[in-house]
This record gives sequence, structure tokens and C-alpha cells, in this order.
Amino acid sequence: MGFDFKIIQEYLPFFFKGTLLTISLSLAGIALGTIIGLFIGLGKMQTNKWLALPFVWYINFFRGTPLFVQLLLIHFGVVPLFIDKTNAIAATIIALSLNSAAYIAEIFRAGIQSIDKGQMEASRSLGMTHVQAMRYVIIPQAVKRMIPPLGNEFIVLIKESSIAAIIAAPEIMYWSRAMQGQYYKVWEPFLSAAIIYLVLTLTLNFVLNRVERRLTTK
Amino acid sequence: MIKVDKLKKSFGSLEVLKDISIEIEPREVVVVIGPSGSGKSTFLRCLNMLEDITEGNVYIEGIELTDKNTNINEIRTEVGMVFQHFNLFPHLSVLENIMLAPTKVRNKSKEASKDKALQLLNKVGLADKANKYPDSLSGGQKQRVAIARALAMEPKIMLFDEPTSALDPEMVGEVLEVMKQLAREGMTMVVVTHEMGFAREVGDRVIFMDQGYIVEENEPDQIFDHPMHERTKSFLSKVL
Repeated sequence: MGFDFKIIQEYLPFFFKGTLLTISLSLAGIALGTIIGLFIGLGKMQTNKWLALPFVWYINFFRGTPLFVQLLLIHFGVVPLFIDKTNAIAATIIALSLNSAAYIAEIFRAGIQSIDKGQMEASRSLGMTHVQAMRYVIIPQAVKRMIPPLGNEFIVLIKESSIAAIIAAPEIMYWSRAMQGQYYKVWEPFLSAAIIYLVLTLTLNFVLNRVERRLTTK
Repeated sequence: MIKVDKLKKSFGSLEVLKDISIEIEPREVVVVIGPSGSGKSTFLRCLNMLEDITEGNVYIEGIELTDKNTNINEIRTEVGMVFQHFNLFPHLSVLENIMLAPTKVRNKSKEASKDKALQLLNKVGLADKANKYPDSLSGGQKQRVAIARALAMEPKIMLFDEPTSALDPEMVGEVLEVMKQLAREGMTMVVVTHEMGFAREVGDRVIFMDQGYIVEENEPDQIFDHPMHERTKSFLSKVL
């Protein structure tokens, strides 16, 4: 059984389309997940325990249940509730965003809380409000510490977007499964997919390293 | 200038300050001494409400700190504070450290705050470090920048919380020198310190605290040479 480059070549246009969709799903997930994550993180940091409770349980739920389960619930349950039919791409973006938001919220909280409390005290002693102290003193320092774990999370998110193949969103894994189904081959479709994912994650890794270096040398 | 009336402070069930009353006049330098755990830092931190006040009142220039209508941020612009561990902002240059609060809180222009910052750096002898970052400074230099940062708000009162306790011995002098100069210029100062030489030389009044009470307060010469109270005597015999 030889390795058949011809069928890979035949599927190249599909892999290309699939890669574009994977990138789009990931970018949307990263952007929305970060925004929602900041919100959830701030919510969890509230001193009032009762007000923080919904945010705590948001994180418990999305970290404590499989993304697979969340995706199916959203795809077959939540999305049809709003638009009366299923939509694989919308469901994937929603699931990825809500899921990664739970992790990003914790990264955000840990970053903020890792800053020495003397920084807040010094800021407040100079007459700054809590918001000013956060904006000019705490968050700029916290962001630097948040970049490495955020990078990890974004890489996980790119890889986890492959689960969208299950609900037939035509991304990379969808096309490699189609290829496998058509030719009954294993190595060609899945190695191709692996290589594409590797290129995507390594590229992101490279970009994040650059950002991190720029922030720390400043 | 500062009036403390029956101040009490508890952390949970632990009562750290038990009934502290004192008045501090303008231009006065009050030095607070006492064993660790006596509540002297907590007392200082209540004067600008870095600690919530459990009971009693603190008045700064007649304004009651615990009053709901008091804007504590406004009071704090008048009360500078210097910390044991400097608490400089590591992501900002020395100049930016000093300029941050005047530009953001007082809404002063960049130029005006920069002029003021350079003038203050000159005063503490660090004009050449303006564009350095805190990490590259020695402990004594950091503390002098921290003093300049507090002074940039042009406060009427300065609080010092063990400003030389985290310094190598050879750097203590340079920080005390800046504080002496401030005292000579007439700044109202409350200083928590273990530097008895400084207390004697610069202090107008020395307060000895122990177990959450003010045990004894007097002029430095009196308290150091003729302590009245047994606990004061035993503390001074250990540190002098």
C-alpha cells in the first residue's frame, strides 16, 4: 500500500477551503472568547460572593463538561431555539467562544491577582481611583504575565475547532474524513490534516513569542 | 492637622489597635516606635484609610475620613505615603512613575508634571536616573524615587512606613537625609521607623506603641533619656 500523493492533490482545494474555515472559526473563537473571558473574569473577582456566584458556575460548567457535549447542546439545542434551524458554523463559534472564555477568565484573574498588592496600595495612596489604578498600573503589568498562558489557550482552541467536523462544519477535519470515506485511506487524509494544524499552531506560536519579547524588553 | 479620636482596628477577631487618640500639628514630625506587632504600621495605614477603620474617627484637616460624603481619593492626594517595599511601578520609568498621578489624578499637563518631576529628582539627588526603570536602581535609590513620587502630588502630610527597613545598611543614610531635609522644610510627617537616631534628631515628638496602645509619648530627649513606662524602658534597652 503506497502513499498516494494524487488523492492529496485532488483534495488540495478542499483542504484550502477547510483551512480558511478553521482559521476563521479559531479567530472568531479567540476574539469572542477573550472579550467574554475578561467579563467573566472580572465578574468572578467581585468581592460580593453572591454576585460572583453565576460567574463561578459559568466557569465550573464550561471547564467541567466536555467541549463535545457543549457543542452538541448548542448545535441541536440552543441555536435552533433562536433561528429555528441548525447552523454548524454558528454553533461552533458559540461553543468555542463560551468554552475558551471559561479558561481565559481564569488566566485573566490569575494575571491580575499575581500583581503584588503593594502596587494597588501605592496607586491608591496617590489618590487614584480603583479603576485608574487597574488601568494604569495593574493591568499593564498583568497583561505581560497573561501572554504565555493565553498563547497556550489559543493553540488549544485551534486544535479543538476540529471537533466541528462532527456537526459537518466543512473545516479541515471534515474534509479529511470525507477523503478517508471516499478512498478508504488512513495516512493521506489524517497526516495532511496533522501537518496543516501543525503549521497553524507553529505560526501562532511564533507570533506570540514575538509579542512576548516585545512586551518584556520594553 | 491630623486628629485621631478613639481609633480601633480589628482584623477579624484580632484587635490590633485599641483606642488610639492623638493630635498632630502642622509642620510637626511625629516618630512612631515600638516592637513589631504593636500596631504602628496599621495605625499609619488608617491615617489614609489603606485600612478600613473599625471604630472611632480620623480627621485630616477637619475632614472626617469615615464620613460617607468624604471623597477618600481627594484626601489621599493631600497625604503622601512611602512604603517599606517602595512599591514603585516596574513597568514605568522613574520619570513616568513620578508623573503618573499628577497627570491622571490632578490632570496636570505633561510638561508641567515633567518639570516638577525633574525638579523633585534633583532634590533627591537622582536627576540622572530619570529615564531608568526601577529594576536598575539600588534600594536606596528606589526609596528616594518613591519619596519624589509622593511629593509630586504636593501633599500636606507625608506618612513613612518603615522606609529604611528593607534597605542595606549603607543605603539607610541617603534616604534619611532626604527625610531630614523634608522635615527642615516644614513638612508634616508621621514616621514609623526603627532608626532611633533619626527619631531623636528629627522628631518633634516620639510615640511608643505596644499591643495596640500608645504607651508613652514625649519629646525625643525625654523618651530616650527618661522613659516613664516600664515597657518603654525594656523596649529601648533592647534597641539602643
